[in-house]
Amino acid sequence: MALLEVTGLRVRLPRRGGWTSVVDGIDLAVDAGEVLGVAGESGSGKTMSALALLGLLPHGARTEGSARFAGRELVGMGEQQLRDVRGKEIAMVFQDPATALHPMLPVRTLLTEHARHHLGISKQDAGKRALELLEQVRIPDPARTLHAYPHELSGGMRQRVAIAAALACGPKLLLADEPTTALDVTVQAGILRLLDRLRRETGLAVIVITHDLGVISALADRVVVMRGGVVVEDGRTSEVLTSPTHEYTRSLLEALPPAHRGSAS
Amino acid sequence: MSELELRGVEVTYRRDGRAVRAVDGVDLSVAPGEVVGLVGESGCGKSSLARAAVGLLAPSAGEVLLDGHAVAPLRRRARPAAQRRLQLVFQDPYSSLNPRRRVGRQLSDAVRLATGTTAGSARVAELLELVGLDPAMAQRYPHELSGGQRQRIAVARALAAEPVQLVADEPISALDASAQAQVADLFVTLARKLGIGVLFISHDLAIVREIADRIAVMYLGRVVEIGPTAQVWDRPRHPYTAALTAAVPRADGAGTLPQDLPGDVPDPAAPPSGCHFHPRCPLAIDDCSTRDPRLLDLTPDHAAACILLEDEPAVPGR
Repeated sequence: MALLEVTGLRVRLPRRGGWTSVVDGIDLAVDAGEVLGVAGESGSGKTMSALALLGLLPHGARTEGSARFAGRELVGMGEQQLRDVRGKEIAMVFQDPATALHPMLPVRTLLTEHARHHLGISKQDAGKRALELLEQVRIPDPARTLHAYPHELSGGMRQRVAIAAALACGPKLLLADEPTTALDVTVQAGILRLLDRLRRETGLAVIVITHDLGVISALADRVVVMRGGVVVEDGRTSEVLTSPTHEYTRSLLEALPPAHRGSAS
Repeated sequence: MSELELRGVEVTYRRDGRAVRAVDGVDLSVAPGEVVGLVGESGCGKSSLARAAVGLLAPSAGEVLLDGHAVAPLRRRARPAAQRRLQLVFQDPYSSLNPRRRVGRQLSDAVRLATGTTAGSARVAELLELVGLDPAMAQRYPHELSGGQRQRIAVARALAAEPVQLVADEPISALDASAQAQVADLFVTLARKLGIGVLFISHDLAIVREIADRIAVMYLGRVVEIGPTAQVWDRPRHPYTAALTAAVPRADGAGTLPQDLPGDVPDPAAPPSGCHFHPRCPLAIDDCSTRDPRLLDLTPDHAAACILLEDEPAVPGR
């Protein structure tokens, strides 16, 4: 059985006295050590699906369907239980590292606070672990970076800190929403390699949400293509990107410059 | 004529009492009808260069010429009329448009500012058609439009001044993937159709490769390689250009991880000695930390700044 198995997930938001569906019955599954790519343009429901899994939807939103994670049902789970899953077993990395990190807390606190809460470890142990995490995400001079504040770091560094914070409790599943979109290609390459290493070495399952089919091609084993809240195509990345069956997937690939498609270079 | 020319442009900021050189002696020219792509990582000075090129910032050394006349940096007085023909398109069309004015009103404002005459709806419609939009858009507010449509409006507003040169600073990075290629293509269309020179600044090498006639690669305030697009992309001569092209992930389904270039762009306040790139360069030799490479002409239109190229015999007219 898959680590996460989502069936018929629907998300509705209140709108002008009625409801509007932003995710309209999607199915997806991801195994330990597997990377699932979720592709689509903005407004396709990719981010809303991820937020629904963690109970982070905007106020008033309704979630239906089923999301079984390691034998438990996430949809309709109580806030108290969900809080134990969130950050500890399922962690999330957001697009913009400038707003995802608390600006007034040093890196050390960002990396230790939730770990101490979830794992119940001492301040010293958490500090040691924070140092290891920074080394793991290849931050140069980790001892000094522990005392830095987010504004003192570059965008690439901040995103690496955000990933380190997400990994602090040793999650089984990482939801990464456009994790490299705000970064330069060189830094992006480093982060993609890091995620790939983590899934191979620690069996981390990753759901990477991105509009960038190049990122999906590099990292994901399987891909689901979303449009208007539904999955229009899914399959192995190598097959979907080389012989797409759905018109929309084809149009996404055709919108890319040939250099991105890789065919002409 | 109508050429935009940068000669030895330097931009210096003061930080904590120290001078930080964001742009360190850049020579660059954009001919009419030509699209020049300027690429580099964040912090390399691309945006400072864009601002100096349109006169929003005063260069601390060097000069910017439009049609052979110096571009005067913006001060309290209005820009000289001749300089209106040099226009800037900003990165984020969500903040560069007025949210409370209809699109048509914003365009006619721009026409009035540029020409001193009131724009008829015919001119507004013409501007909208130039950027590939339905003239009915004139009645809309920016929030009713998609990112790609908004950026087209921002371009139309720049076109109202009948520019001969456009400087576009990351004009597609705030847009959806599907809109990016289309808006990038719009700049090519404008260059070809109206003979406008375009300096297109982007960190997206693949898009720049698609639309630019020439590519300039910038690292820590300096142009390290410049040349015709096909040459720079297919046969990069500077190790930094090679690293940038290798880092672009390709959507070919092959599952190949892009090549990593470790490290970040160094702090321009304390640039490395010798070649600025040597601490990150996979090919660096001892000399690189002491010798400062000059831009070396490899062919009449392709130049790169790397001391490893200095020992090579010149390849005539590759």
